[in-house]
Amino acid sequence: MSTMLKGIAASNGIAIAKAYRLIEPDLKVEKQTADNTSEETARFQEALKVSKEELQAIRDKADKDLGPDKAAIFDAHLLVLSDPELISPIEDKIKNEQVNAEFALKETADMFIMMFEQMDNEYMKERAADIRDVTKRVLAHLLGVQIPNPSMISEEVIIIAEDLTPSDTAQLNRTYVKGFTTNIGGRTSHSAIMARSLEIPAVVGTKEATASIQNGDLVIVDGLNGEVHINPTPELVTKYEQMHADYEKQKAEWAKLVNEKTVSADGHHVELAANIGTPGDLESVKSNGGEAVGLYRTEFLYMGRDQLPTEDEQFEAYKAVLEGMEGKPVVVRTLDIGGDKELPYLDLPKEMNPFLGFRAIRLCLEEQGIFRTQLRALLRASSYGNLKIMFPMIATLDEFRQAKAILEEEKQSLIESGVKVAGKIETGIMVEIPSTAVMADTFAKEVDFFSIGTNDLIQYTMAADRMNERVSYLYQPYNPAILRLVKMVIDAAHKEGKWAGMCGEMAGDETAIPLLLGLGLDEFSMSATSILRARSLIRNLSQPEMEELANRVLSMSTADEVVQAVQAAVAK
Amino acid sequence: MAEKTFTVTAETGIHARPATLLVQAAGKFDSEINLEYKGRTVNLKSIMGVMSLGIGQGAEIKITAEGSDEQDALNTLEETLKREGLAE
Repeated sequence: MSTMLKGIAASNGIAIAKAYRLIEPDLKVEKQTADNTSEETARFQEALKVSKEELQAIRDKADKDLGPDKAAIFDAHLLVLSDPELISPIEDKIKNEQVNAEFALKETADMFIMMFEQMDNEYMKERAADIRDVTKRVLAHLLGVQIPNPSMISEEVIIIAEDLTPSDTAQLNRTYVKGFTTNIGGRTSHSAIMARSLEIPAVVGTKEATASIQNGDLVIVDGLNGEVHINPTPELVTKYEQMHADYEKQKAEWAKLVNEKTVSADGHHVELAANIGTPGDLESVKSNGGEAVGLYRTEFLYMGRDQLPTEDEQFEAYKAVLEGMEGKPVVVRTLDIGGDKELPYLDLPKEMNPFLGFRAIRLCLEEQGIFRTQLRALLRASSYGNLKIMFPMIATLDEFRQAKAILEEEKQSLIESGVKVAGKIETGIMVEIPSTAVMADTFAKEVDFFSIGTNDLIQYTMAADRMNERVSYLYQPYNPAILRLVKMVIDAAHKEGKWAGMCGEMAGDETAIPLLLGLGLDEFSMSATSILRARSLIRNLSQPEMEELANRVLSMSTADEVVQAVQAAVAK
Repeated sequence: MAEKTFTVTAETGIHARPATLLVQAAGKFDSEINLEYKGRTVNLKSIMGVMSLGIGQGAEIKITAEGSDEQDALNTLEETLKREGLAE
């Protein structure tokens, strides 16, 4: 009997493979009296030895696949397992208190974890997580349970997890991971964005994937319809193999549009751009026919490390992207950290409402050293391509003016020291705060372009945390309130002869695209893998008809009415 | 006993990678090797001990070694500190 779970279709495609649970096993420890303490000590040493061998293998693999930088963390983990200050107290405890190895290990490790957690430096607090991570491996061996080693996967699998963090996904091997499904998350959660950029099918928010799926179960991930089938019947497998083949055929059809312009049925041209996180994403931008990079998220340069990237490191990354795009536009968003994206080494205080707090441009205007380093790196790279700079989370015109003034200062100082800087660098803003959307007519006089960040614009307009599943029904891209704001921004830009783009999830959404085309959006920036489908869709739409549709839905009352109207219009 | 005092020059102090390198180097010797900072002494073969000191840029640290290969150990550690641009 096969079972089916419903979830949110987060990344297109069909995958069929065996399940691999990326889940913490139960590591509960009970205190027991050890009759033979030397046997207990030997058991501990054996677990330690096996753990070290495993870590060494993971380390060597990381060194080979990801480079020495990423391997360094495992060197530190290995040292923890050889640390006399950790090992001796555990062995003493087994001997003197006649307790089982599990208990001695847990008690001792917990003491160290607490010690590091209590330090007032955020970086040191993070070390507690390292110790927890390493000792968990030894504990698992003592308890005879398996902890997952995702980096060591060597056959085709579908990952089953509660949620996937950036570090989890960084460890996944694209050759073997065919798809994934998680208990929590939505279309804009990190795991979903990652799945689209890796081009692997994913269904998120299934609520019970980890409860229903065991290691080795055959699983179908239907990323087109948001369904997960566990141990399917042979008939169902055949049906999905057919669907997979059809989807591949459809993709092949779309692939013919790679070098085509994006033109509506009546000849109206728009630009389809890609959202990227690293220079490595460019390959996918090209293979999917991206006409520009509409959003380069520079945060990834700053994440997963223990200090700020240097100006030179940043320069190399920006230059690689600009050169790689061969003169096509590249919109780089300056550091957007804070909210759900933390940098432990900046040691920022915890906030009650991080999404409403000290983040993005707010942080950059305060911590100007960080901001100026990034701007200098960008300016130095500007002569290698068509760079446009975009500031995130702008709420007031004053913030934009300050950021622009700092950019100008750095530009002048570079020019004076003889560095080549591009003559004209367009400077624009993300529109993701309602105050900015409402004031777009004023902003349009000073900025060169707008890019509407719908993920945040929707959460701020609806006052609904997009990470909170219980209010996820308020994430309504088609709500007329959102559409009216989008229209205000586009109209304001056009009135001043500027362009307006969109880089949120909505820009690649099949229901939103007809409306956005009708509202006059100039640039649509999306996951690279959505571009060809969007191009194929737009080629069948008439801009004037969509304009009429868009004007009609603006006066509707609910999101549902809007969706129905779009579906009726497009089906014609 | 062999000992020597250094001033930390690394911008990030003795954290993460630098700490790993020092502890790896110390682990190769039989001597007892200690690191002293702000009146606290820890075993230099203990990664957690070294990390727990939270040594930042500009810190004065003292390394002591005692045992059959003490001078060798101290020389190697000094070489590591300088080669990696961690301290002078």
